[in-house]
Amino acid sequence: MDGFADAENMTGSKTSDRGFRVPQPPARPGEAPDFSNFDFGEPGKLPLLDAEAPVEAFEPFHDGLLRVLDMDGKAHGDWASMVSEEDLKEALTAMIRTRAFDQRMMRAQRQGKTSFYMQCLGEEAIAVGCALALRDGDMHFPTYRQQGILFVNGIDPEAMMNQIYSNKKDPLEGKQLPVLYSFKDNGFFTISGNLGTQWPQAVGWAMASAIKGDDKIAMAYIGDGATAEGDWHQGNLFASVYRAPVILSVVNNQWAISTTSAFAGADKNTFATRMASYGLPALRVDGNDIIAVIAATRLAAERARAGLGAVAIEFLTYRGGAHSTSDDPTKYRPKEELGSWPLGDPLDRLKQHMTVSGLMTDEEIAALEEAAEKEMREAENRAEEVGLVHAGEGADPAKMFEKVYEEMPGRLLEQKKEAGF
Amino acid sequence: MSETLSNTRSMNMIEAIRDAHDVAMERDDDVVVFGEDAGYFGGVFRCTAGLQEKYGANRCFDSPIAESGIVGTGIGMAAYGLKPVIEIQFADYITPAYDQISQEAARMRYRSNGEFTCPIVIRTPTGGGIYGGQTHSQSPEAIFTHVCGLKVVIPSNPYDAKGLLLASIEDPDPVIFLEPKRLYNGPFEGYHDRALKGWKDHEDGKVPEGYYTVPLGKAKTVRAGKDVTVLCYGNMVHVCEAAQAESGVDAEIIDLRSLIPLDLEAIEASVKKTGRCVIVHEATKTSGFGGELMSLVQERCFYHLEAPIVRVTGWDTPYPHAQEWTYFPGPKRVGDALKKVVEAK
Repeated sequence: MDGFADAENMTGSKTSDRGFRVPQPPARPGEAPDFSNFDFGEPGKLPLLDAEAPVEAFEPFHDGLLRVLDMDGKAHGDWASMVSEEDLKEALTAMIRTRAFDQRMMRAQRQGKTSFYMQCLGEEAIAVGCALALRDGDMHFPTYRQQGILFVNGIDPEAMMNQIYSNKKDPLEGKQLPVLYSFKDNGFFTISGNLGTQWPQAVGWAMASAIKGDDKIAMAYIGDGATAEGDWHQGNLFASVYRAPVILSVVNNQWAISTTSAFAGADKNTFATRMASYGLPALRVDGNDIIAVIAATRLAAERARAGLGAVAIEFLTYRGGAHSTSDDPTKYRPKEELGSWPLGDPLDRLKQHMTVSGLMTDEEIAALEEAAEKEMREAENRAEEVGLVHAGEGADPAKMFEKVYEEMPGRLLEQKKEAGF
Repeated sequence: MSETLSNTRSMNMIEAIRDAHDVAMERDDDVVVFGEDAGYFGGVFRCTAGLQEKYGANRCFDSPIAESGIVGTGIGMAAYGLKPVIEIQFADYITPAYDQISQEAARMRYRSNGEFTCPIVIRTPTGGGIYGGQTHSQSPEAIFTHVCGLKVVIPSNPYDAKGLLLASIEDPDPVIFLEPKRLYNGPFEGYHDRALKGWKDHEDGKVPEGYYTVPLGKAKTVRAGKDVTVLCYGNMVHVCEAAQAESGVDAEIIDLRSLIPLDLEAIEASVKKTGRCVIVHEATKTSGFGGELMSLVQERCFYHLEAPIVRVTGWDTPYPHAQEWTYFPGPKRVGDALKKVVEAK
């Protein structure tokens, strides 16, 4: 048992004497954060697994937590051997760039340059680590909080900003809500605004790869809240039944807008345990520990690619920011919760590890941060020069009628003309 | 209106909807309210704010992100005898529940020959105009009006929202209650670049305190006119009013308020008087509810018509983000249609 506790009584609610319960977090605004219900275990305690290990070997990882880094930046245990210094330097750069991008776009939203943005503050290690563990030709099926993948897979941030600004260079030509990117060449599947739908789609993509005898794998992401959707359960089942070469990762960041992971059952069983119940090998991983993320995902990728079927991962993390710029979390959770998350901040932890282990100096890290800040500032200047939809410089209106079908049907041709295009 | 009320309060549509919940929960212990973020937080649009605090978590609570589960459990509660008022966060998210709505809720009464019924209300924000992109802007009313056994309601102002919601909660059958989210904070005429007009100065922003209902199936003539009948609902009522004012066409504007049941008498009487008809909705054109309205007018008023009926609707594309205002059927397009129809010989 794990996750936010179920408080039996809450202010203003009468509890039913027949046991009806509505989960509530242990702390609301004005109260002290409380994570005492979690068992995080110790770094370096769980044994390194072989990629071809029997499913039973994964059992200690269902309730246990795969951790490599301690909270002082030191690495422990054999899992660390799966990650190289080069990996860590690449991860650090990508995480710094991800955060710099987010900060730049959060500011742009406050300045009215876009109506909407979603940051991944506190979750950068997951997307970045997973992207490092996969290879060209594989496909990520992300939610809106895995932009970190793109900073590993070689995207020009200006392309992302043009999408956010819905301008004339928007690669999606204005069709999609900001941040719902699609970058096929970068292994990044088109993001839906509806939750959970990508989960079985990733399984299907992987099934196709297996059917064709290819060695490409898929990786799916889903938030803890969206696991309540039927698509999650059905995707798990299909992945297990057909032994699809897919990595199924639940990004458990504790909050689904205003409701806790307890509404998705996390206070009864871990997501790793629940995915294991479909017969899948499952790992529960500290999502704020970049070494653990890369190592676990690398093992899963190797296993899936070897034809041994799907691997499930639960990444334990904490949503550092609001759900989106339309949300105000001070209404439902203590402001201090982020700073109190016992697994800390993934970027701070990696930076500390780099210096503690002598891989980089503070000055070198500061230079990376400065470079990222400059890169994002310049990219934004270019994107802004192209235009902002809210300044009347949006994508070409006539494009609206294209790509509904491969060939524009007669009725749309008529409507396009009627609209004046 | 079922009662005469003297005390009114200025409310926006969110406050009116919240007030309807409050009145219904106060009057009837069997009314329960739930949905994603609808409990402690009070809904992402704040339509259920304060209800959990006032009535307890047994009667207003959050749900998992599972629309099929929300509606399915709601059906079970309704079968037991409760009156669930469910919130689906955006109409765009309702499709996972479509099986439970269209084949279960809608037919509970029929398939059990009246043994089991499903007095449930499913509220959900509909329509665009908030730069919400294709998954926060759709108008799916026609996928519900096509299902026998459902009622479909869509208010255009705070007064109607409260009265219609109270009537829906009392209704013995399942009601899909569509809330035009662009109208939550004020009447919207279709000009996104103009300052938001609040409901404060609008006649229909004066909402009676306490209990009253606006009956389902009664349209409202928003403006009497003699040259053309305009059939509209939701967002489009205000757009049509603006289009009428700008075009100067003497249009009779009818706010349908509920699509099922439909006020055919009002429609027929008006079209027979004006001899012309324009139908306006934000949803896509093909197989939209406008097609049904057009057929009904044709069936009942053919010999009174002096011009072909014209539809002004969203284009047959997904709701785009950047091109929102090219997609949205604004006053210019409606005004052009009005002129075209009244000038037709």
